[in-house]
Amino acid sequence: MFKYLKQLTSLVAMVAVLFTFTTESMAAKKSKTLKNTQKKGFVRCGVSQGLPGFSNADAAGNWTGVDVDVCRAVAAAVLGDANKVKFTPLSAKERFTALTSGEIDILSRNTTWTLSRDADIGLTFVGVNFYDGQGFMVRKSSGITSVNQFKNGISACTNIGTTTELNMRDFFNSKGISYEPVAFEKADEVVAAYDSGRCDTYTTDKSGLAAQRTKMSNPDEHIVLPETISKEPLGPVVRQGDSVWEDIVRWSLNAMIEAEEYGITSANADSMKTSENPAIKRLVGAEGELGAAFGLDNEWSLRIIKQVGNYGESYKRNIADTGILPDRGPNQLWTKGGILYVPPAR
Amino acid sequence: MNFKLKDLGPQLITVLAVVFIFGFFTYNAQINMENRGIDFGYGFLSQESSFDVQFSLIEYDGSHSYFRAYLVGLLNTILVSVIGIIIATILGVIVGVARLSPNYLINKFAAYYVEFFRNIPLLLQIFFWYFAALRALPLPQDAEAIFGVFFLTIKGLYVPAFIWENLNIFFYSILAALIAIIVIRIHAKKLRETQGKQLPVFLISIGLIFILPLLSFLIGGVSLSFEIPQLKQLAATSFVYDGGLSLPPELIALTLSLSLYTATFIAECVRAGIQGVGKGQKEAAASIGLTPNQVLKLVIMPQALRIIIPPTTNQYLNLTKNSSLAAAIAYPDLVLVFAGTALMQTGKAIEIVSITMFTYLSLSISISILMNWYNKRIAIQEK
Repeated sequence: MFKYLKQLTSLVAMVAVLFTFTTESMAAKKSKTLKNTQKKGFVRCGVSQGLPGFSNADAAGNWTGVDVDVCRAVAAAVLGDANKVKFTPLSAKERFTALTSGEIDILSRNTTWTLSRDADIGLTFVGVNFYDGQGFMVRKSSGITSVNQFKNGISACTNIGTTTELNMRDFFNSKGISYEPVAFEKADEVVAAYDSGRCDTYTTDKSGLAAQRTKMSNPDEHIVLPETISKEPLGPVVRQGDSVWEDIVRWSLNAMIEAEEYGITSANADSMKTSENPAIKRLVGAEGELGAAFGLDNEWSLRIIKQVGNYGESYKRNIADTGILPDRGPNQLWTKGGILYVPPAR
Repeated sequence: MNFKLKDLGPQLITVLAVVFIFGFFTYNAQINMENRGIDFGYGFLSQESSFDVQFSLIEYDGSHSYFRAYLVGLLNTILVSVIGIIIATILGVIVGVARLSPNYLINKFAAYYVEFFRNIPLLLQIFFWYFAALRALPLPQDAEAIFGVFFLTIKGLYVPAFIWENLNIFFYSILAALIAIIVIRIHAKKLRETQGKQLPVFLISIGLIFILPLLSFLIGGVSLSFEIPQLKQLAATSFVYDGGLSLPPELIALTLSLSLYTATFIAECVRAGIQGVGKGQKEAAASIGLTPNQVLKLVIMPQALRIIIPPTTNQYLNLTKNSSLAAAIAYPDLVLVFAGTALMQTGKAIEIVSITMFTYLSLSISISILMNWYNKRIAIQEK
């Protein structure tokens, strides 16, 4: 009897070992990052040190924002729970080193996608979650309503380590205006310096200007000038060399955008399983085997939509309802006059 | 043989350990960088930097190379360190002596100053001087002129710029004055030692350093005129001073906080040094008829300096290294310009951080060598 029991237990153990082997698919084995994330039980995500609408922590330490939602979507897809994210606030200067050194696995920190960043420094941009452009903020009382009214000797506050510094130079050079760049390491200090009158203008991405404006002592005294001087496609970044992880992050973001396109929301996601449209059925996991390619189950995208919501919900919750940028501008679906257009999930 | 091995053993092990640790980290970094597709190399230094810097001692704009940007940052670091060291030393000596003053008010004031400023973290002081104190300054259009030509505003201190003609002749005259002073001092020392005569060396030196440059103005064709800053309107409520020289508020705040902070430590060194000289020395000097000034200059200070210099060297080093906190308030020092912006634009973290570390190391060692040389000069000469 005991002899059989012993054999039985070893059989069970063997089956268990085999089972873990088979469930751990080829993709998971190929992706070290995915394996580590599943082992740790949380997604390591680098965010900003506080940019309302994009990544901002409230008094209780809860992070919200569209950048934060990308990480939450990945956590929902990979771990089944959108809250299993460890956020690391990073300055502009620290962000890429934190990612390449392996301290974080996703950098979702209003980061501009440029050629040199993508090609040079061991990073891969996986998509765009916000189309932005650099602009200028001035005091209303100055009477300036256009960048064409800038004059020689203007002082401009900004952050170091961003594309902003480079665009600013290109802009002022092309206009032939001499300027004084005052570059701080942290955004809070930039705001404080501009707010107190150290600088005549504050320049960064327009979304950033709109968000930081809410932090000023009197937001109504400042306006963002209409001109946009650069293209700033902001998006999540991963380390080079883990293509499976790259795909997971890319398609987590794409799933949110495509869900909005097909009208799938966090509220109706479950009922969409019986939809007539095969594209919708694929997205909520009722048809096809989309998850298998990443080593995930078939409901990865359903979890994203249910727990985080589609892109439109995320935008509304974080950026529109908070009064930062009520108008979606280019960040509207291509079907509604914007430029959000993602490859089909099939 | 055995004896030698015993001697060499620990040293050999230390060297091996150092080589091993260094090699391990280099190898590790290499493997990891290769895995992540990051190139290693210093070639970027000659590339165009394409970012501008607010304040620079040499001609620089974004069309220059990263190496030039490095020089800009380095010079700005040296500038703030040198000014900071000079102010901190003067202030430190005054406060240190004041702490020994029999005058109750002066004594207590100095004591409170020291206790207050050395017990608040430096970064907070920098923020205080930058955001709280400097922000209380007026906007350019509201600024009152100081002596009619200086304007202290929130955008910086505007001072008249010097416009020189035949500046080199002026420099030669100063050089000539300095050489003359050295010759006279040597001569005066000889006179004193051989004939016991006292020459008024100090008065002669002062006279020379003024008269020779003055002569260069009168007959050397040197001329100096001033360019006074003029208020210029940029927009309805935004003004700036044009012309003249402008010192950014970041430089002023950083210098102020660094020197006020470091001066407290130097003051304590000075106090310790003076108190470290035996009371008997002063009494003995007085008893052979030296005046109080001579007692201080010839007896107390030479002995006190031996105690003061080594710890003060540490303070100079601290000040130089602390200047890297500049990044917090946008003063374009080495850390902000090179280890900040340049690092971000190139992504060459290991290269840039290593250069920056090496630069600070060299700066600190230079100060050390200079101060050690001075320390040796004033140390007791054993014959």
